[in-house]
Amino acid sequence: MPVIKDAVCSLCGSLCDDITVTVEDNKITKIENACILGHSKFVGMFEHDRIENPMIRKDGELVPVPYEEAIEAAAKILVNSRRTLSYGWCSTSCEAIAKAIQLAEETGSLIDSTANVCHGPSALAAQEKGSPGASLGVIKNRADLIVFWGCNPVHAHPRHMSRYSSFSKGFFSTKGRKGRKMVVIDVRKTDTAKLADKYVEIEQGSDLLLITALRSAVNGHEDVIPETVAGISKEEILELAENLKNAQFSCIFFGMGVTQSRSKYKNGDGVSSLISDLNQHTKSVMIGMRGHYNVTGFGQVATWETGFPMAIDFARGFPYYNPGETGANDVLVREEADAAIISAADPGAHFPQKAVRHLAKIPVIQIDPYANPTTEIADVVIPAAVVGIEAEGTAYRMDAIPLRMKKLIDTEFKTDEQIAKDLIAKVRELKEGA
Amino acid sequence: MKLKANLISGRTADQGAHLEAKTYRGYFDACAYCELNSADLDKLGVSEGDSLKVTTDFGEVVVFAKANDGNPDGLAFIPMGPWANTVLDPDTHGCGMPGLKGVPAEIEATEEKPLDMKSLMKQYRED
Repeated sequence: MPVIKDAVCSLCGSLCDDITVTVEDNKITKIENACILGHSKFVGMFEHDRIENPMIRKDGELVPVPYEEAIEAAAKILVNSRRTLSYGWCSTSCEAIAKAIQLAEETGSLIDSTANVCHGPSALAAQEKGSPGASLGVIKNRADLIVFWGCNPVHAHPRHMSRYSSFSKGFFSTKGRKGRKMVVIDVRKTDTAKLADKYVEIEQGSDLLLITALRSAVNGHEDVIPETVAGISKEEILELAENLKNAQFSCIFFGMGVTQSRSKYKNGDGVSSLISDLNQHTKSVMIGMRGHYNVTGFGQVATWETGFPMAIDFARGFPYYNPGETGANDVLVREEADAAIISAADPGAHFPQKAVRHLAKIPVIQIDPYANPTTEIADVVIPAAVVGIEAEGTAYRMDAIPLRMKKLIDTEFKTDEQIAKDLIAKVRELKEGA
Repeated sequence: MKLKANLISGRTADQGAHLEAKTYRGYFDACAYCELNSADLDKLGVSEGDSLKVTTDFGEVVVFAKANDGNPDGLAFIPMGPWANTVLDPDTHGCGMPGLKGVPAEIEATEEKPLDMKSLMKQYRED
């Protein structure tokens, strides 16, 4: 009975690489070390409903068709479209992402990742001000102050705190949680906030105000800070600034509270500036809490292939990038896209209603192992293997460290990479050449 | 009575555990609710499990009521998913990211029941 150690969990951006799985008769029968999210991912192989067959919508219903027919129907949609949106490609391997980018280039499509509703603004912030970072290993071994700002790892990254941050013991941080101060800045007392030494309750949407006040304090201009900022007293702000300045090594982990709230990318820009100010006094870094396990990988592959991390438009025949214009939500809300190919992501569940309404009107090709809200509005559905379980491949952890995901069991399903290759071949055939 | 609230959405462990089982009842249970603190639920005269109608400039949705005393007064939380997204702000303000947090909302008790995932999505196809 094969026991596979150090399997990589392909669920969230923590990409835990210490999962032990037992495989019997090509089924995973035991999972050790995984959190609730990871456990669900591994047991999902046998408990959740897979998309068993390729399907095409006929008279309003999805009906099973042979694989070749689905590929041909999908390729025809791509070839006949004048403004295709290719979206997602984040719960899959870098190898599949590279092929998806090639397909987008050959079809003159616009390709965007799930960062569009996640850490897209952080990528913009990094371009404005940089993103002083470190590997999670450095945090584990050195950080004595951990700040979680607008994120809730107890729910979204359940093993983050025990493996890499608050609770972990490292080379220079042998006391673990006792040797680290943990601060949570959030709009409500989350389960993460309940574990903090200090919980700072900020008025929703006021992040930039607090960042600016903290910067003033760190830079010795406390006289300009009003008595309360963002619902927080000046005294509390000065104390937090002192904590940040006096830490040996601090990391601000930030999440959707920072990227999705008012000021959006300017918040990340502000955090980066605050880190820069702190580095005049001590050592400080920032890391975005990434959601999909390989959304960081999309940014990496897209950047080395096209020069841009997301929202890349090939309509002009060369890569063009301007989020706000070429973001997935933007082209849907403007009702500009006339077809969409969606893989390893679920805009049906995660895009605002106006974008979903437009998606429902245009031909949608979905590539995914499991049915989800996007399936309900899809016109061609192609089932895929689950990467990290049924297929190997590379993924980038939230700190941009690449890890090799193992194949644990065999499958008949094709990988996202193979499906993208088949689509490229069929598109070339229909266009009579590359 | 209508409660004026500031609506945010976000991840929960239950929502995350159903990421690849969204056709299941468990996903509906994990996402089709709105959290307010107990005092706000009292103001609306509802208990946990009753239905709430959440209305914004962008739409309306019926979800179950849930108490979370970690929420300050007037802060409403719906887990990320198709129910939350029915009422969130599609405008990206030129940076690609829609307004998924900080949307002014009005919340009231209702006798209607939340739609299941397929019925909710069917509305988009039929619109």
